[in-house]
Amino acid sequence: MSYFTIFSTMRSEVSLLTIILFLLVYDLIAGKKGESYFQPVAILLFTLHTIFNLFPAEAGEAFGGMVQYHPVMTIIKTILNVGTLIIFLQSKYIFDGNRMKHQRGEYYFLTLSTLLGMYLMISSGHFLLFFIGLEMASIPLGTLVAFNKKSKMSAEAGAKFILLSAFSSGILLFGISYLYGVTGSLYFSDVSVLLSNNPLQIMAFLFFLSGLFFKVSFVPFHLWTADVYEGAPTNVTSYLSVVSKSSAAFVLMILLFKLFGNYLYEWQTLLFWIIIVTITVGNLFALRQQNVKRFLAFSSISQAGYIALGIISGSTLGMTTVIYYIFVYLFSNLAAFGVITAIESRTRKINISDYKGLYHTNPKLSFVMMLAMFSLAGIAPFAGFMSKFFIFSAAAQQGYYLLVIIAVVNTIVSLYYYLMVVKAMFIDQNDHPVPALRTDAWNRASLVICTAAIIFVGLLGFLLDVIEKQSFGM
Amino acid sequence: MNFLSLFVLLPLLMILALFLARNRKQVLGIMVTGSTLLVVLSAYLAYLYTAARGNGATDPMLFTASLSWFKPLNIRYAVGVDGVSVVMLCLTSLIVFTGTFVSWKMAPLTKEFFLWYCLLATGVFGFFITIDLFAMFLFYETALIPMYLLIGVWGTGRKEYSAMKLTLMLMGSSMILLVGILGIYFSSGATSMNILDIVRTPIPLEQQYLFFTLTFFGFGVLGALFPFHSWSPDGHASAPTAVSMLHAGVLMKLGGYGCFRVAISLMPEAAAQLSPLFLVLTAIGVVYGAFAAIRQTDLKYINAYSSVSHCNLVLFAILMLTQTALTGAVLQMLSHGLITALFFALIGMIYGRTHTRLITEMGGLMKIMPFLGVSFVIAGLANIGVPGLSGFVAEMTIFVGAFENNGLLHRILTIAAVTSIVIGAVYILRTIGKFLYGPLQNPEHTKLGDARWYERLAVIMLIAGIVYLGSFPTGISDMINDSFGNLLQAVKN
Repeated sequence: MSYFTIFSTMRSEVSLLTIILFLLVYDLIAGKKGESYFQPVAILLFTLHTIFNLFPAEAGEAFGGMVQYHPVMTIIKTILNVGTLIIFLQSKYIFDGNRMKHQRGEYYFLTLSTLLGMYLMISSGHFLLFFIGLEMASIPLGTLVAFNKKSKMSAEAGAKFILLSAFSSGILLFGISYLYGVTGSLYFSDVSVLLSNNPLQIMAFLFFLSGLFFKVSFVPFHLWTADVYEGAPTNVTSYLSVVSKSSAAFVLMILLFKLFGNYLYEWQTLLFWIIIVTITVGNLFALRQQNVKRFLAFSSISQAGYIALGIISGSTLGMTTVIYYIFVYLFSNLAAFGVITAIESRTRKINISDYKGLYHTNPKLSFVMMLAMFSLAGIAPFAGFMSKFFIFSAAAQQGYYLLVIIAVVNTIVSLYYYLMVVKAMFIDQNDHPVPALRTDAWNRASLVICTAAIIFVGLLGFLLDVIEKQSFGM
Repeated sequence: MNFLSLFVLLPLLMILALFLARNRKQVLGIMVTGSTLLVVLSAYLAYLYTAARGNGATDPMLFTASLSWFKPLNIRYAVGVDGVSVVMLCLTSLIVFTGTFVSWKMAPLTKEFFLWYCLLATGVFGFFITIDLFAMFLFYETALIPMYLLIGVWGTGRKEYSAMKLTLMLMGSSMILLVGILGIYFSSGATSMNILDIVRTPIPLEQQYLFFTLTFFGFGVLGALFPFHSWSPDGHASAPTAVSMLHAGVLMKLGGYGCFRVAISLMPEAAAQLSPLFLVLTAIGVVYGAFAAIRQTDLKYINAYSSVSHCNLVLFAILMLTQTALTGAVLQMLSHGLITALFFALIGMIYGRTHTRLITEMGGLMKIMPFLGVSFVIAGLANIGVPGLSGFVAEMTIFVGAFENNGLLHRILTIAAVTSIVIGAVYILRTIGKFLYGPLQNPEHTKLGDARWYERLAVIMLIAGIVYLGSFPTGISDMINDSFGNLLQAVKN
């Protein structure tokens, strides 16, 4: 095995690590002046990294199967990169008000560390590497959630996140240990063949899965979501709800397809019920929320249920549509978070009722927010419509019509609460609306990118084709 | 690039231009130019289509073109028209055109209003030109959502409630439709979502039962299928004038058109077997709508319930599955589209002057605004089905066609439905008598003026359409007639 093979299979990890180290050193040597350039530097480097890893390499493995690379992973990682990049664009105000100025370095460093952890989870071929990736993706995230030192809410959310995440990791590790006990190996390639209908193995499998479900926040593993989302700084919330959640969904999908093929029946049955409760509970709780961040937390729970509709199909089309769905979800959700950041950073207002009459003072921001809501609700002709249609087709193709019907009924419920936000902005009257404001250039750029994506991604048919070429089914 | 795509491209360009428009004048300029071009385009299409059929073109769809869109699901952007879609396109462009003039004084947020209006038009046009299930559904949904903001922002009365009710009910039914569409595609095993392909690969009968019900229901709700019509009176009553026109005039026809084009054309066997169930519902709807209209005092509600009755008649005729009835159904879509648009336009104009729509608070308006009054009478007569106006042609064809179907249930239901004509006369004549004639109720009303030029233009164009369709229906009905050959063959087998 030459260094070249290692490099080609782990290209993205290596280049990301380089950036992390560079930023760490930059943080040390940059003076007061250099610090203010932190955001541009991080964005620039990360853009280069994204472009550098845009094109898939040959499938292969490194370190004796510890790392297994498949071209579809490049697409997945690119999606995560794009998400992170947009969040970096929106992150200017996380340091506002002199509270956290000196923490700039940590923010980028920690975020990228979690991203590296997700990379490792995605391309791992061994349970140990997988677990290292998982922990790397969780622990720094806990720090990020508690990033705002002066805020009690943030600290509370951080504690909640760390405790529950450690608990779920423990359960997952417990599952891994049993899997090791019954199969005698930790390599995915060995385990996938050795799995049988032995109850002990199935129990180990379930323990393992529940650890992952926690990350994707399927119901009933969702209870941490709303509190953590509400307490965390807004940019971290968007990172949690977009990048962290989608990486977990990707990992879940890849593992189920690649590793647990023998348990197809078991996990399909399990997912069937999980999907129903996830979508329904997520929607019902979202109906009553007043705080925009909590609202998006519950909406993202039900979105996870829709994502799982593609996973349950177990087909190539399923994988294609899941990737496409998340790609669209990323832009829609980040557009919403961009607007929330803009408004929160200036006015500290984060209730839906504060958005009343927003159109009269901030037409552009409300327009973006409206597109985001429409796209999340799956309204034509925006990208969210296409992605929902495709994910339903993936499930319908495998004959899950009942599930699709339950999902579409839920779409109506979700339409109601998404429309409530639109109603607040466009229809409701308000004597004291949010004053006209201009957000910073980076955030504006991020909103332009998201808006363009919401409008045009659905019309560009070749994207789905590109994804399908690399996807695999069971 | 097929020239049919212009029907979608033009409204999209209008949206783009509206974005850049600086003031009211520019907005109106864009709207007038764009909608005039659309009228010209649809007239040209009608001409081309008749010429092509005259030269012996026998394909089910003419001017077809198809572009690969989403390969993994075999989705193509496929367009094509037959007689039914051509006449519907003409109707749409006419109503978009007149709707622009009716909203001449629209305020506030004129630009935004027309933006949504154009998006609505894009959806409707797109739906009529495409023949790919996905593309059809995409445009169908595109036409639905602008209604929420159009009613919610610019509406009157209980607008928030109505807007939400309408959106949720229509979106809900369209979601059911989505399942139906997926079912059709996957159980037919066709190689693309193009309906011309799906027709060639028959769907197994057991699947047809489920998916016919889902699709017919999905489209039917937009066609005010009883008892799922309740969004329609509230929605129409709250919507601004041009939106009521476009919605009752065209958008509700999407339901009937979709039932015909997708549910019945693709699954004729199930349609033949399940039609009694839906026939009963639609027949109830026909009679119920007419009765409900009698009880109303708000002009918009009267017309909205009358629309429910007439739209159920469209579905009723489609389900009869005879050539004459189907032709009648399309004629009724056209006729009702024109009449109801005229009604809503006139009601909007009257409301704009008197600031009330309750017939109990108005009277003797005929003397004050003779133009509007006479036009209203014409619309009313057309609605009742007086010969020479479009309502007569359409309803006559429908009932003759319905009677051709010699099942006992079909006969009984037909007779029941015919009564709606009589009931229709009751509410129309009563309304006209109350608020156009009779003593003056409010002395303030004497100060009101008659229609302005832009209002007259819109009204005259709609009346011209009604008279043309009523007096010279042969050309149009021949055009429609040609489009049913294959379908009826399939029903007979």
